[in-house]
Amino acid sequence: MTLRERWALALVALAFVVLAFVPAMGSAYLTTLAISVAMYGVLATSWALFSGPTHYISLATAAFYGIGAYLTASGIEQLPYPLLVLLAGLAGAVVALGVGVATLRLSGVYFVIFTLGLAEMVRQLITWVQNNFTGSRGLYVLTDLKDHHIYWQLLALGAIVALVGWLVQRSRLGFALRIIGGDELVAAHCGIHAARAKVALFVVSGAVAAVTGAVMAPRFTYIEPSMAFSPELSFQVVIMALLGGVHRLWGPLVGVIPFTLLWELISATVPTQTVLLLGLAFLLIVYFIPNGIVGLIERAVKRSQPMPLSGPRAGASDA
Amino acid sequence: MDILVTGVLLGATYALLAMGLTLQYGVSRIMNLASGEMLVVGACAAFWMFTAQQLNPMLALWFVVPLAFALNWLIYRGLLRPLVRRAKSRGQLEVDAILATFGLSFALVGLMRGAFGGEFFNYSFLAVPVQLFGSPFGLNRVVAALAAALVCALLYIGLHSTRTGMALRAVAVDPRSAGLVAIDVPTMSAFAFALGGAISAAAGTILSTFLTLDASIGVIFTLKALVIVIMGGVGDVRGAVVAALILGLAETLVASLIDPGLTLAAAYLLFLLVLLFRPQGLFGRSAR
Repeated sequence: MTLRERWALALVALAFVVLAFVPAMGSAYLTTLAISVAMYGVLATSWALFSGPTHYISLATAAFYGIGAYLTASGIEQLPYPLLVLLAGLAGAVVALGVGVATLRLSGVYFVIFTLGLAEMVRQLITWVQNNFTGSRGLYVLTDLKDHHIYWQLLALGAIVALVGWLVQRSRLGFALRIIGGDELVAAHCGIHAARAKVALFVVSGAVAAVTGAVMAPRFTYIEPSMAFSPELSFQVVIMALLGGVHRLWGPLVGVIPFTLLWELISATVPTQTVLLLGLAFLLIVYFIPNGIVGLIERAVKRSQPMPLSGPRAGASDA
Repeated sequence: MDILVTGVLLGATYALLAMGLTLQYGVSRIMNLASGEMLVVGACAAFWMFTAQQLNPMLALWFVVPLAFALNWLIYRGLLRPLVRRAKSRGQLEVDAILATFGLSFALVGLMRGAFGGEFFNYSFLAVPVQLFGSPFGLNRVVAALAAALVCALLYIGLHSTRTGMALRAVAVDPRSAGLVAIDVPTMSAFAFALGGAISAAAGTILSTFLTLDASIGVIFTLKALVIVIMGGVGDVRGAVVAALILGLAETLVASLIDPGLTLAAAYLLFLLVLLFRPQGLFGRSAR
């Protein structure tokens, strides 16, 4: 670990500690907003963990999120809440493993198609089970958890995701994933088990999304399949991550913050046209900022700096 | 027997939908995730013409198809052509096209919600029973299947015995070599995309005569079309027809024996089987 990395780590840790005091400011609105930012931040970062280096686009965030939320809602009467959160993570991991094993051995298109309808299919299955075996459609999630508890949980989850992402990037696995993203054939020739590496990261990403759903479940109070599996969630996560930039660990977060604030504004002023605006915003991002805000910043920085005289190692020591 | 006939009738319409997508993906190399939305646009148009103008949906097709063709031509020229130019490799184009059409699908859903509201829409067209093999079926379903089969047949003939059709197939095999034998690849790609979109819209008009739809249902049809295209093998018209019939049958089986709410699960099950055993498609020769 270089000195610069140690500083960065300390700064990030400090930032998390500072963020933990947001609910103490006493504004309920601010806490709600912070929960949104934290939730999307976790989801977008974990999405980018997998989709960033590999360029495999997952459209199934809502499926994992819904599975987590639903599992918590249906077990809240019988099991203690922390156990449910763990179970949700496990369920998300298992589903991701199944999807990954079935599709990630093949080319990326199959994966995208499979994830496209996954949320809808899980919703159908749950509705069917409820109609035929349990009788009621909705579920009540009644806990003692307050908004600031949920926020802290999300923040802790965010810290875990950041740490995992950082460790993965440094590891052989992260290197393997970047090669896979560059050219899968080359990766295979280097002796990388491409399918295994991809599945591993997808499982992490799915588990995190499911845990996020489980953490958010108490906020719903009343939960229905159509709420838990809203397709817009998958879409929002992709859009935010792309807006920020997926080639850096902290990139998605750069997109989450402005987008959540903007979204808050849009859904308050033109609630009927949200879907249309989402679609248009997405098109704008794909066409005009394909590398995200981080990409724009990096390009601007590169342009303003003169050409470096020596290799990249010299850059690390002058920080 | 009931299941068999209903399944085949449904499968015929699915074949049409998949045909549109296979043209767009096979020839233009655009994985169009907004294909289902184009179907809903076609259905909306038919619904509007039927309720406001009392126009027979089979006549409405003559308006829907050219309009959808023009609309898709514009979409390709305006939105997708820049991506084709920008892309350095086929993989890059695939990712960009998926993202762009995914955004487009949401924009279309938003537009349709703005125009039609969130309600379900359907209308009653030829809802009279006919006797087929001793059981009654809705005449609208039979007419829809016949119309779909007719469009499919026209398309097949067009692809296999006209000059343009041959050019399209050449681009599907290899865009670069097609350029070498004086085929205008960009124009052909735009044509294939527009034709594919027009066929999707036609499938929507035909489906709307017997199914109840709403503005946000497009994604389900996109998925079904994709499953059929993968099952049949990309760019394989014959495979797409067979796969569509299989999907129609499987869905009808599940709907009538287990629960009508599980049709998408049936599509997924088929998809999974294809992925595990024949990822190259039903009639595909070699695995990659």
